[in-house]
Amino acid sequence: MAELQTIRLHVNGHVHTCSVPPRLHLVDMLRDELGLKGSHLGCEHGVCGACTVEVDGRAVRGCLTLAVQADGKQVRTVEGLADFPDARALQESFIKHNALQCGFCTPGMLLAARELIQHKPDATREEVREWMSGNYCRCTGYHAIVDAVCEVLAQRHQESAA
Amino acid sequence: MKSPEFDYIKVRTIEHALSLLANHGDEARVLAGGQSLLPALNMRLSEPSLLIDIGGIDALRGIQVTQNALRIGALTTHTDIENSALVAQHAPLLKLAVGHIAHRAIRNSGTWGGSIANADPAAEWPCCLLALDGTVIAQGPQGERRIAAADFFTGLYTTELADDEILLACDIPLAQRDDWFGFQELARRHGDYAIAGLAMHLHFAGPVVQSARLSWLGLNSTTLRSRQTEALLVGKPLDAVTLELVAASLREELDPIADLTNTGATKKHLATVLARRLLTQANATRQSVAA
Amino acid sequence: MSITIDKAPAKLHDLTQDPRYIGHSPERPSARRLVQGQGCYVDDIELPRMTHVVFWRSPVAHCRITGINAEFAKRMPGVVLVADGPMLAKICKPWVATLGHLAGMKSAPQYPLAIERACWQGEPVVAIVAETRAQAEDAMAYLQVSWELLPAAVDMETALHPDTPVIHPELGDNLCFTRSLDSGGVDEAFARADHVVSTTFEFGRHTGVTLEPRCQIADWRSAEQRLTVYHSQQAPHMMQDLYARQFSIAESAVRVICKDVGGSFGIKVHAYPDDFATVALSMMLGRPVKFVADRLESFTSDIHARHHLVKARIAVRNDGEILAFEMDDLTGIGPFSMFPRTSAIEGNQVVNLVGGPYKHQHYRAKLDVVFQNKTPTCQYRGVGHPVACAITEGLVDMAARAINMDPMEIRLRNVIPDDAYPCSGISGVKFEGLSHQACLAKLEELMDYKALRAEQAALREKGIYRGIGIAALIELTNPSAAFYGVGGARIASQDGATARFDPNGGITVLVSVGEQGQGTEAIYTQIAADAVGVDMAQVRVVTGDTEVTPYGGGTWASRGAGIGGEAVLLAGEALRANILKVAAVILKRDAQDLDIHRGDVIDIASRDVLTPLTEIGRVAYFRSDTLPNDFTPELQVTRHYAQRDFPFIFTNGVQASYVEVDPDTGFVKLLKHWAVEDCGRVINPQLVNEQIRGAIVQGIGGAMLEECLYDSQGLMLNANMADYLVPMCAEMPDIEVAHIETPTKSSKLGAKGAGEAGTAGAPAAVMNAINDALHPLNAQVTSQPFTPEKILTALGRV
Repeated sequence: MAELQTIRLHVNGHVHTCSVPPRLHLVDMLRDELGLKGSHLGCEHGVCGACTVEVDGRAVRGCLTLAVQADGKQVRTVEGLADFPDARALQESFIKHNALQCGFCTPGMLLAARELIQHKPDATREEVREWMSGNYCRCTGYHAIVDAVCEVLAQRHQESAA
Repeated sequence: MKSPEFDYIKVRTIEHALSLLANHGDEARVLAGGQSLLPALNMRLSEPSLLIDIGGIDALRGIQVTQNALRIGALTTHTDIENSALVAQHAPLLKLAVGHIAHRAIRNSGTWGGSIANADPAAEWPCCLLALDGTVIAQGPQGERRIAAADFFTGLYTTELADDEILLACDIPLAQRDDWFGFQELARRHGDYAIAGLAMHLHFAGPVVQSARLSWLGLNSTTLRSRQTEALLVGKPLDAVTLELVAASLREELDPIADLTNTGATKKHLATVLARRLLTQANATRQSVAA
Repeated sequence: MSITIDKAPAKLHDLTQDPRYIGHSPERPSARRLVQGQGCYVDDIELPRMTHVVFWRSPVAHCRITGINAEFAKRMPGVVLVADGPMLAKICKPWVATLGHLAGMKSAPQYPLAIERACWQGEPVVAIVAETRAQAEDAMAYLQVSWELLPAAVDMETALHPDTPVIHPELGDNLCFTRSLDSGGVDEAFARADHVVSTTFEFGRHTGVTLEPRCQIADWRSAEQRLTVYHSQQAPHMMQDLYARQFSIAESAVRVICKDVGGSFGIKVHAYPDDFATVALSMMLGRPVKFVADRLESFTSDIHARHHLVKARIAVRNDGEILAFEMDDLTGIGPFSMFPRTSAIEGNQVVNLVGGPYKHQHYRAKLDVVFQNKTPTCQYRGVGHPVACAITEGLVDMAARAINMDPMEIRLRNVIPDDAYPCSGISGVKFEGLSHQACLAKLEELMDYKALRAEQAALREKGIYRGIGIAALIELTNPSAAFYGVGGARIASQDGATARFDPNGGITVLVSVGEQGQGTEAIYTQIAADAVGVDMAQVRVVTGDTEVTPYGGGTWASRGAGIGGEAVLLAGEALRANILKVAAVILKRDAQDLDIHRGDVIDIASRDVLTPLTEIGRVAYFRSDTLPNDFTPELQVTRHYAQRDFPFIFTNGVQASYVEVDPDTGFVKLLKHWAVEDCGRVINPQLVNEQIRGAIVQGIGGAMLEECLYDSQGLMLNANMADYLVPMCAEMPDIEVAHIETPTKSSKLGAKGAGEAGTAGAPAAVMNAINDALHPLNAQVTSQPFTPEKILTALGRV
């Protein structure tokens, strides 16, 4: 039996100290140890994006990150987005455009989109499509998701122009 | 699936990593970004007993210009490369290629060294390193050594890196005036491993090619150059005649392996298309530079 | 010839007094919690003492199991049970998936875990149950299963050859179902034609890839002898019936609960051997057992669909009149027909639907459905429609090219006119009222067809090859019992809604149709709010619990809006009437003079507010002492609805695709897509648009990217997310949607279904666009998915 590792990390602004087996993925730790069920498992090979969470300000695949690798780091999941105006703007835009149906891909989409609006504020519609193409959605066909993200980009442009 | 069990050590020094590798041999795996290792573990294709996490070794991070090279540390993430002004200036080929690597979330974790050491035949960094005549810097029990890219990639997921060595960084010759870089790959979906891809480095003397590197991904078990075709380009302008000769030479020289939905013949055809397109682009750039 | 619609289509009549929500797109009630990660999917649920199951599945297409040694696996940490087929067969009956109305259909008995013989790569054979998922997987490495390879039938084209192994010798051959249809006069019609175009269409086998994999928790409580199953499923009552039946327990002892489902699309409407195995294991253990299909195992254990090889031809005259269609469809399924809806329905629908939009009078079709040692197949979004539409619309475009006629023109000449209804199609399908002409006219306007043709021509001069493809479609929705019930399947075609008025003025509506993301609960909220006369915020919809809701059919065949919605409307109206009866008594007024308006009881004539509903609630529930002895408020009403006017209520639509083909690489760029859809009364335009968009992209997946690839031994080569290509955002086009509304008279609501039509038309539209682009280069492709290699081969470049 592998030796458990004690890790200490911030999740959504709270400190957690956990004792975890090395093989435990970050997303499984969040879901099973901390009860944060908002991040989902869709493939466990890093392709579908349903497990996307934020570590030290960057979107990562929760299934391709070991919990032990997050030791000492700041983790943010969909449950911790309410504190941030940019994330809330995305959430409202998703609702407005019905950019979600079953909701399973949505947390991952929001995390991915948030990094886009932070790092690529001038993204064109095509660039938005390209950026979001790391997150699989079977329900929406993507059009509404792209609309939702583009609307937030446009809003932020207006706000910074004003 | 869930990964099988393994022990885990986060090392602080390269020396510690090396001693663990020496002790555990092929029972141990080095963990950098984990974007290739973890899928293999999750699919239970790989069952190491120990993971050596080198992610905390800051000496392996960073991009700097040395005397005559751009040195990129092994733990530099793909996103770091994407954002680097030094890369944009001194190794623009990497900037052209980086957007094709998977997707943002993977790029935020995946590393330069990890990709090169893994040597996936369709990965972008091995192909670019080869096109740039880069050098791998490795460290083992015997100390540091330098391995030319042309010697480094030997087979499917196989490199010159010994089991008891760690890749520290790679040096890339700085881009010169009269250099031209091009990168194009064909994938049915953005971010997928490409059906065929080409990294091109040309050095011009006036309108004429002085040296050429055509480095391919996705065609065979490893990245490779089409050296005959490279030689053919030397001393030639990039006119229609040359482009025809290049296509014919590639058809002879390349011997791609089929994948799930593309025969070798299809890959060969696509390779000639890529070469034609990049050479046409290069020519257009040269004309506008000359004009 | 063109059709112009002179006036704007008549607005549909209002269904209620104060139509605030029906026909509009208010915020979907469940969206807010889902964007906050507050969904409740099966894997989010944890029960005390819950265990996890993983299955050892056959690694080969066909083998005899010669030995199972679980000795070491059992000793692995956390393992509580290892079980095989014979153990489960003691408590779970086998099943045979046939339907009585598919004459001659045959299939062999199937068990939850294979006994003695595994018949497809992925068939579950052994179950390991452990405290955690990881422990069960660890133990799997120590399970020793010995097996002998058996010859396999893996090529559907040779499934019926004498040399091919017969998978179930007791059945005699590998033919599951065959059907022939002949309208008569077909040969004469072909003889009369000016042109006959023949071709072969291929459709690659593919699968659903729901983002949330199949999953359930089976919780057998031995003290109560009751089973509760939390299931990511579309038809909870059907599963309740099946569990009761297969395990010989009372129906009332079984409860199936469907909370949030992460996408289903038909993949989750079937009863899998895994489902029964998980329940059996819980019964054996007396503990909850959770099964979550891993993504890798999903590829070989989820149902596949749509593997067809079709020889087809069309007879056309120079003036554009289509005289006849003929087709011969071969489809390869798995070694068993899938339970309980059967694997013959898809092919059967292809026969029924080819030629659907058109008024030709001659049609001949043949269908062979053959068994193979591959993953079982069954209904997947659109079922046979994408295949039938591609055959039909592909032939129509080929006919147009043969006579040098514009593809829009040939369709306008041949679609059944909008004023011809009710009528039947030549295959026997009965149409209540369709709008092909109106849809085509609208499409032409929506996409600015003439401008696109001009753009295409201009770009061709520059060596850029763009194509426009059109596809007209019919789509069955709102099925009657003709679909399954008549065949003996206990699948309800009726549904019910219970509407309850709560003391504080809220309305709770329990409905037997649930949702998997399409917004069914949202439209029920809208309908109930309008029907009763309250704000949407006052309405709470409850679905997906067999213990709570009325008995019904669930989600499939695009029936949620039309059938469930009607039940909600009827229940809401009945509740309103009952509330007004109470109000009349309390206010000592005539109920006819009263109405409910936005939460208040009002005087109809003066519109004065007489009392808020909360006051009615207070008195009705808590002050029965103030009511006359002979009057009892009945503030909970249930209404059921079944569509019985037609076997199906057909919808119609038309799609267009605009593409650019790169003749050097064979790559296709999807520039834009349009859909005009007639699904009757649209309850929420935004939700219908989004259904259509998602369905179109799903259809594009099958047309361009998705295929289950096999080697010569029947092993799937690309059973992972990297090698099985699903549509991602970058390659998909923007999709513009418009509506025509021809309500059905079979219900008050007038709503038809909309969930699947997008998938039906997209592959045809894209195929036609690609071939339109390739036409000047004398190339054509008819084999889906349209890979770059296939296009390059057609062009003669490789």
